[in-house]
Amino acid sequence: MIDAILHTIWTVTKIVFILLPLIISVAYLTLAERKVIGSMQVRVGPNRVGWKGLGQPFADMFKLMTKEIIIPTNSSRFLFLTAPILSLAPALAAWAVIPFSDGWVLADVNAGLLYILAMTSLGVYGVIIAGWASNSKYAFLGAMRSAAQIVAYEIAMGFALIGVLMVAGSLNLGDIVRAQSGGFFSWFLIPLLPLAVVYFISGVAETNRAPFDVAEGESEIVAGFHVDYSGMAFAVFFLAEYANMIMIAALTAIMFLGGWLSPIDGFGDGIHWFLIKTAFCLFLFLWFRATFPRYRYDQIMRLGWKVFIPVTIVWIAVVGFAVYFEIGPWFQIRANGMST
Amino acid sequence: MSFELFVFYVFAAILVFAASRVITVRNPVFAAMFLVLTFFTCAGIWMLLEAEFLAITLVLVYVGAVMVLFLFVVMMLDINVEPMREGFVSYLPVGLLVGAIMLVEMVFLLTQRYFKNENYPAPERAGAEVSNTQELGRLLYSEYLFQFEIAAIILLVAIVAAIALTMRRRPDTKYQTPSEQIGVTKSERLRVVQMPSEKR
Repeated sequence: MIDAILHTIWTVTKIVFILLPLIISVAYLTLAERKVIGSMQVRVGPNRVGWKGLGQPFADMFKLMTKEIIIPTNSSRFLFLTAPILSLAPALAAWAVIPFSDGWVLADVNAGLLYILAMTSLGVYGVIIAGWASNSKYAFLGAMRSAAQIVAYEIAMGFALIGVLMVAGSLNLGDIVRAQSGGFFSWFLIPLLPLAVVYFISGVAETNRAPFDVAEGESEIVAGFHVDYSGMAFAVFFLAEYANMIMIAALTAIMFLGGWLSPIDGFGDGIHWFLIKTAFCLFLFLWFRATFPRYRYDQIMRLGWKVFIPVTIVWIAVVGFAVYFEIGPWFQIRANGMST
Repeated sequence: MSFELFVFYVFAAILVFAASRVITVRNPVFAAMFLVLTFFTCAGIWMLLEAEFLAITLVLVYVGAVMVLFLFVVMMLDINVEPMREGFVSYLPVGLLVGAIMLVEMVFLLTQRYFKNENYPAPERAGAEVSNTQELGRLLYSEYLFQFEIAAIILLVAIVAAIALTMRRRPDTKYQTPSEQIGVTKSERLRVVQMPSEKR
């Protein structure tokens, strides 16, 4: 009994130690986004609140917390208020299986990769329900676009992950990182380059970020699915979007960039490498947003169905061939117990 | 009662409640949401059985993809519920008959000697080192390979048939061919006009 209670307390402590830095990262990612895009557009960005604008996220947060949550007439009140929570919960739950460093993981489950895929696919419910419950045409259009887009890109994403697990021989994220040990040239980025590119772009599409942000395209449908949300309800959507971004960046780091492994074999592996790689992927997100114009809806569908899915299917066949004939140095099956 | 059993009963109660709400709730969108809850709790119960692969696949396939499309359709249709309730009494005898047949079948099946509980002793609990996914994969690709391939062929045929039924060439739609768009050159699109500046 005492053991069970201690175990629970220890698990809750670990959850807090994952979520607290995550929320702070989300807050400062919003600032980083404005600063990075600002300097790309030769502007200064926020610099009024605190030293060089470092207090800006807190100013934004307090402003949103003190605002009223307006519930539109004829909207479905229960679903309207549930939608932000439904979009935040999977974004946070997915962090349970992320290995930050060797053994630093909340739940070391065997089907980790599958769990991640399931959790990221649940995020769309928040968007769809928000769009429907708002009782607004703009919000509804945004929700419909998002549903079609996420179903399309999830297939490409799943196929990209199949390639990873074929080479790694495991669904456990920790084992996937361990299978990449041996320096920069053993990372899955090189043998699985097409899948890495497809995965990252699908990730951008899944998180509804520019250039795939048709779900909230402000030039066409005001603000899409969250047009009627204000105050804290809007802030929760915002939190979920940025938590998802960090999540996709972390997963790209784990599956293709070797997670906590150093680029030079055995030279200072640790959580700092994981953080550096994640930060780099996050910078790519911001860079995309500053660089590319928004895709048109039919172009998004074409890219997802007609380009990404064929590319991943072809590369899965290539990887299957290479794994079967154990073409070195990448495609030897490394995980235990798979050879029998 | 062990904690595991307690969790099972909680999940089972939620499952039965949600499943009954699917058919009793008035709004079809709420019905779809209750179906999502049903799948979710079902996945939780499978998780208790230590079938983690099946549980997560259930969430991934049914909740993550099938129900999204369901909701998509249900929200678009804007169903008027009142006319659908009118036929309730006239359909009641047929419904009761179907329900009774299903009940009788279930009773026959479950009380037969082949399906009695004592013929199916609880399997020994596997240790944490046994990977559900690996075992499933091994069975699918060895013992049940033939059935697995047949299922794959049937699915492929269904996909081809669905596409063949819905795809039609419409000559009047205006769509762009990206490869042609990329292929345009400056000389095709741009005409530089030289003209003298006008005097005021």
